[in-house]
Amino acid sequence: MPDLLTIRDLHAWYGESHVLHGVTLSVPEGQVVTLLGRNGAGKTSTLRAIMGAGITRKGSVQLGDSELSSLAPHRIPRLGVAWCPEERGIFASLSVAENLALPPVLLAGGMSTEEVLDLFPRLREKAGGQGTKLSGGEQQMLAIGRILRTGARLLLLDEPTEGLAPVIVQQIGQIISVLRERGFTILLVEQNFKFASRLADRHYVVEHGQVVDCVERADLAAGRGRLETYLGV
Amino acid sequence: MTEIFGVPMPVLLGQILIGLINGSFYAVLSLGLALIFGLLNIINFAHGALYMLGAFVAYWLLNLLGIPYWGALLLAPLAVGVFGVLLERVLLKPIAGLDHLYGLLLTFGLALILEGVLRDGYGSTGMPYAIPDGLKGGFNLGFMFMPTYRAWVIVASLAVCLGTWLLVEKTPLGARLRAATENPTLVRAFGINVPLMITLTFGFGAALAAFAGVLAAPIYAVNPTMGANLIIVVFAVVVIGGMGSILGAITTGFMLGLIEGLTKVYYPEGSAMVVFVIMAIVLLVKPAGLFGKAS
Ligand SMILES: Nc1ncnc2c1ncn2[C@@H]1O[C@H](COP(=O)(O)OP(=O)(O)O)[C@@H](O)[C@H]1O
Ligand SMILES: [Mg+2]
Repeated sequence: MPDLLTIRDLHAWYGESHVLHGVTLSVPEGQVVTLLGRNGAGKTSTLRAIMGAGITRKGSVQLGDSELSSLAPHRIPRLGVAWCPEERGIFASLSVAENLALPPVLLAGGMSTEEVLDLFPRLREKAGGQGTKLSGGEQQMLAIGRILRTGARLLLLDEPTEGLAPVIVQQIGQIISVLRERGFTILLVEQNFKFASRLADRHYVVEHGQVVDCVERADLAAGRGRLETYLGV
Repeated sequence: MTEIFGVPMPVLLGQILIGLINGSFYAVLSLGLALIFGLLNIINFAHGALYMLGAFVAYWLLNLLGIPYWGALLLAPLAVGVFGVLLERVLLKPIAGLDHLYGLLLTFGLALILEGVLRDGYGSTGMPYAIPDGLKGGFNLGFMFMPTYRAWVIVASLAVCLGTWLLVEKTPLGARLRAATENPTLVRAFGINVPLMITLTFGFGAALAAFAGVLAAPIYAVNPTMGANLIIVVFAVVVIGGMGSILGAITTGFMLGLIEGLTKVYYPEGSAMVVFVIMAIVLLVKPAGLFGKAS
């Protein structure tokens, strides 16, 4: 598979604070790739730097043939990438239905609202309620569901299982598998290695704002110990 | 004659009417302020000057171009809206993200400049602006005489407030606006051009102020200081309603106009300060304002 996303020597700053020190990685089309690493390693910042969201960046972020790093933030999603942030970003002043409808459809080929609701039936029942009145798991599903409509082929998911009950984590795992089967390419930030190892085709380890290791699915048996050491499991 | 607490009915109703008129201006102006504060995080001290500018544009349209009231009601908000768009792009955008204080001082200075320039050209006595033909005179409600133009001001303001509220609360565009007020970075990451939205919101707020200015022109004279006098009360209204709350701004605007009118009947000495007394009480009891969410 050709690479859909290629990041080379990516640096990023919050104001004066230099947090990414040359991240290099690539995500093949149609695959699930994880970013693993401890708290504060720079995983979230990597996703933010791809989107240009609240961070200054330098280096190369290529999506297909397009260079993203020099684009205004609102132009980046139009090339087919969508971001589900770590804090989920459900809007309190919007209903569930409004939250779902908020991200505009930017490219053809996205899922319809009906398809999204079929994937997350709970959201259909609660469509009229306030977005932030949902449970944590439902909010996560809303946060993922709403970006599936946009036509993006690359999804950036930041710790979708964080703080959720095991049953919900399992459901989210199934959803990610479904999305992969539907042809989405996914860059998944995770701290839950057990969860990630079942889904991913490739694992990157991030430490101190750099990618320090990479393990392919095929080498997982040999690499597992190494990954667990990085994560301090 | 019927009396309520010793006040003759017609006098009471007359003051309630005046209260509602003032309330209309408070509501339209504080609505614009609330929209601007929500999205730009700027306390727009130039809002009174934009209101005054609306009245002046109506005056110029009539006296320089012969365009009457109804044309002005459309064109003045448009012109001041465009002026607002330019202001945002040229002056406010560069200081976005800095402390509130910068925006406050900048817009305050801007208000002084606009008022100063116009006072230099037109003095401060004010110029009359005739009530348009169709709205002259009045009608008898049975219990009181209702000047048509004043009824129109109340109806037009209510319609504009209601329309804006519906736009913000019930439409997809409004949902984007509310979302961008909460988390502009994420909304932008959805591919929505938030900087453009911010500019247009400021323009829209400016247009609302100008609309109120045109409405005011036939009631008060067109005067460079008309905005400065009004805006202080409007800020108190915004504080009482709660910064950034649309519904709060509208309701509080009309409500305080009414309270002011009633105070004029029962305790005339207090009518100029009743709004500020209420503001002080609200600040003590519910600092986020009656409709505001504590942050
Ligand atoms: N908004 C911010 N401002 C300044 N520093 C930040 C901000 N967000 C994160 N950081 C810092 O950037 C580094 C990387 O953080 P992050 O990318 O959030 O890590 P991870 O997602 O891997 O836990 C950390 O040292 C963190 O303290
Ligand atoms: Mg993180």
